[in-house]
Amino acid sequence: MAPPANRRSGFSRRAQYSTFLSYTAGVVGVVVGLGLVVTSLARPEAFAGVRSVATDATEPVGQATAAGRSYGRDVFASVAGFFTSGREHARLKRELAEAKVRLVEAQAIEAENRRLKRLLALKDAEPDAVAFARLTRSTSASSRRFAIVDAGRDEGVTKGMPVRSATGLVGRILEVGATSARVLLITDTESLVPVRRATDGVPAFAQGHGDGTIRVRLINLGINPLKKGDVMVSSGSGGLYRPGTPMAVVTEILRDGAIARVLSNPSNTDFVMVEPVWGPSEPPPSAKPDDDEGD
Amino acid sequence: MPITRSDPPVRRRINRAPSPLLAHSLPWLTILLGSLVPGWLLIASAPVLPPVGFLLFIAWRQLRPGLLPIWSGLPLGLFDDLYSGQPFGSAVLLWSLAAIVLEFVEARVPWRNFLTEWLLAIGLIVTYIVLCLGLNNLAGAGAPLRIILPQIVISILSYPLVGRFVAVVDRIRLTPIVVLR
Repeated sequence: MAPPANRRSGFSRRAQYSTFLSYTAGVVGVVVGLGLVVTSLARPEAFAGVRSVATDATEPVGQATAAGRSYGRDVFASVAGFFTSGREHARLKRELAEAKVRLVEAQAIEAENRRLKRLLALKDAEPDAVAFARLTRSTSASSRRFAIVDAGRDEGVTKGMPVRSATGLVGRILEVGATSARVLLITDTESLVPVRRATDGVPAFAQGHGDGTIRVRLINLGINPLKKGDVMVSSGSGGLYRPGTPMAVVTEILRDGAIARVLSNPSNTDFVMVEPVWGPSEPPPSAKPDDDEGD
Repeated sequence: MPITRSDPPVRRRINRAPSPLLAHSLPWLTILLGSLVPGWLLIASAPVLPPVGFLLFIAWRQLRPGLLPIWSGLPLGLFDDLYSGQPFGSAVLLWSLAAIVLEFVEARVPWRNFLTEWLLAIGLIVTYIVLCLGLNNLAGAGAPLRIILPQIVISILSYPLVGRFVAVVDRIRLTPIVVLR
């Protein structure tokens, strides 16, 4: 390929100055960038305001693309369903029969649960959702895992609120704008959620692994009790996340924990629910108040 | 074929000329759009999409050296930082550095072909993605290097496509549409 036209400045003062100035401007860009990076490393929240305004500005397009995404997913699902409908139909019939039996059992358990709760004078502490919103965009080209929801200060969203979908925990609110908010997804490496095994409450921490999976770290070291297929739910210790929100399924056992798959894949969720920050209620008074100083 | 701003191959039909507004704004607009689009495409659980804004930035500078000034990394990077999720300022820094490197290489190696341009772009893309991860880790992310490997491969393979796209936009940019009097 031919070289570009000669851009040598020669003896022309004007050409020399303009070349020099263009390089200087480039170096100024580097210096400004370095300054911004150092500022944002020292104070990560320094540019939250600018980012929120920018995200608010593109929110309408984000909503449109979110609708388009869900439509595209439906088309693929319909095409796939066309080929597997017969098999699926038979399986669903079988499962429906089983589910009907289970439903009756569940109703009985629920009734008993209500009765026992009345006995203990406990109230159902199911908080209302703060907002229902769409995940409109994400940082799919960065190694950090952020997403944007189209609900902000206007719907009462504040920093720290957990975000969940119908199938499980998605993340928590990090920055709030006027009409949108930034969510730290649970797959981000900086996200740390206290969890427990759904069946027996083995406590652990679930940290994002960066590649879409979750690293479960057991708090009690020793023999690893986890098994493939165990469901981890949020334990609510330390507040923030409401206990019992389903989070991940263990897929691979490690020496001191496990790798787990996220239950609520954010790319498959249409709508998410922003929940109020969960705060543990007052601990029940201990049976023997005299022993409190002893331990 | 790289051609400088001083002598664009204007396809001047009789009584028609390219719109100066379109000719100067389209490169900037495509790059701004490139910074926005990957976020809208999917809610990703891992870094999978290429940094389209950066790829377009390199492709425009390789196709038309001198069309975007060296300092263009500053405003374009600022816009990318608003949406990329990186620590604020990382795109300003890295895009400006990439522009300077491209300018140097272009002055030293005037004869180029598809392969050398792709190789240079591969070098820049890999460095860019790795440094982005490095800046994230400085900010406390602690992400391992292996999570960006798929993204690097996808970015490298998609660069020629981005280059074709830029070439198409360049044709649109220089289409003679304004009637001369």
